[in-house]
Amino acid sequence: MSDVTGAAGGARVTLDGLTISFGGMPAAQVDLDVPAGEILVLLGPSGCGKSTILRALAGLLTPDAGRAELDGTSVAESRSRCAMVFQEDALLPWRSARRNVEFALTLRGVERRARRREAEELLAQVGLQDFADHMPGELSGGMRQRVQLARTLATRPRVLLMDEPFGALDAQTRSDMQQLLVTVWREYRTTVLFVTHDVDEALLLGDRVVVLTPRPARVNRVIEIPEPRRPGAQFEPEFARRRYEILALLGESPDEALTSAAG
Amino acid sequence: MSTRRPLPPAPEHGSVPGRGGRTLTATAEAESDEMTAQTGLSAPTTATETVSAAFPGGRRRSRGPFGPTTRLAKAAFPVLPLLVVLALWQLLTVGKVEFWLSFDKLPTPGEVATALGAQLTSGTYYQDLLASVRRILLGFGLATVVGVVTGVAVGRSRVARAAIRPVIEVSRPIPAIALVPLAILLFPTSEQGIVFITFFAAFFPVAVSTIHAMKSLPKVWEEAARTMGARRVAVLTHIVLPGAMPGIFSGLSVSMGVAWICVISAEMISGQFGIGYYTWQAYGLLDYAGVVVGMLSIGALGFGTAWVVERIGARVNHWLPRAAE
Repeated sequence: MSDVTGAAGGARVTLDGLTISFGGMPAAQVDLDVPAGEILVLLGPSGCGKSTILRALAGLLTPDAGRAELDGTSVAESRSRCAMVFQEDALLPWRSARRNVEFALTLRGVERRARRREAEELLAQVGLQDFADHMPGELSGGMRQRVQLARTLATRPRVLLMDEPFGALDAQTRSDMQQLLVTVWREYRTTVLFVTHDVDEALLLGDRVVVLTPRPARVNRVIEIPEPRRPGAQFEPEFARRRYEILALLGESPDEALTSAAG
Repeated sequence: MSTRRPLPPAPEHGSVPGRGGRTLTATAEAESDEMTAQTGLSAPTTATETVSAAFPGGRRRSRGPFGPTTRLAKAAFPVLPLLVVLALWQLLTVGKVEFWLSFDKLPTPGEVATALGAQLTSGTYYQDLLASVRRILLGFGLATVVGVVTGVAVGRSRVARAAIRPVIEVSRPIPAIALVPLAILLFPTSEQGIVFITFFAAFFPVAVSTIHAMKSLPKVWEEAARTMGARRVAVLTHIVLPGAMPGIFSGLSVSMGVAWICVISAEMISGQFGIGYYTWQAYGLLDYAGVVVGMLSIGALGFGTAWVVERIGARVNHWLPRAAE
């Protein structure tokens, strides 16, 4: 396993006045400092531009202003170390689960002979050792997201960008996937930027939860979770209190009332 | 197109009483045979009853006294409509029927069979077939390569779109066969002219379907590849081309049909060999059985090449959700 894991841990992510806009309308404007190896959850109303932030980090969008840095280097120069798990079905449907993972290994420059074994190890890590030769069309939604996670890990990312990855899954599968993510994260210790609109998910996964304002997305409040990912935390009154606090931020924000009145 | 079609018989025609209704029954049954994969000879119902019984999804229909003969009937069924057509042909030509349509000069099935037998043992027939297939392969092959490259360029590059799109739009409405005079002037040999015309005709379906395939590629495939570090070439070879294959192959199927139309027409006008040339010459020599042999040979070649394209497409696109059906 260790040679699969062989990543150099997480990278520190610094967003300094990062501004992205579409057609002159600002979509996001954020300052954030994420220490290496942290799970940071970006939480906001849907359509607020939280995905935009991830896409800028992944190099899929060019910011209008500000900087996005990994360990002090601009992301444009270290793009391959930011890997992304998408909410949509991002697997290539003409490749089997194993060959999807192998594609990422090819792009990383892994030798042909080593690819198969490494792909199988990665699939085993996400619990899919028996499904390596299945085509994406034959797998359930949860399994496809597992393959996507394995494929993303195959790039040896130092930052894992997750754009509502479990948003389309049923409650049970979603909970399994959250646990799987935590397990994998414990092994790799990558920095994780996780976007969701699900408050429970945010509180269960994050070291910190960043509540964003409606469009343009700005940091509204940063909530520290004292003992992150502690089993059974969701049954404690403290959890409910934070949940209430966040829902209040999301629902009763005067900004949102203004935008919804204007829109 | 509709000037020479000897087949559809007028249902009220005197010499074939009751044939029209019978043919309809057979066709409807043949379709239901494919749908439900189990059927027998139809009980002597009227055509309308059979049609209505074939479609409302009745998967299991008891066939009563016809049960034991079902397997035989199933094997015979696709043949039956063809036999009906043959029988009609025989009746109309042997009887030299002249009733608005004139069947008096058309060869009988027997004459055609004899002519076909003679051709199958002659070397020039195979030379003609080979010449046509060669032209098809060259024209269609060129169209495939140039069409896919053009389609990808137009679909993915704004510069290419601005430069190439107008040329495509202007030349696309011109039927390839209208280029025959130009081809004769342009090319040193008529052989090259025919290949050019075939290429010209086959190019557009491929190019246009490739352009559409570019537009319908899900963005997330390319984005995922880019976040994994894929550069332009890798995106093209690993994402764009495989993802566009279903669209490209639907274009290739159309294009193969168009290519045959143009090869045959061009051969009839300016060829020296080829099955189209053979057919047209047989007509000139009043060898009408030879004309039908030519027609049937063209049909067989067209069917064969379409089948090959279909098979390759099915293999390349085996991952499509309905590929196994």
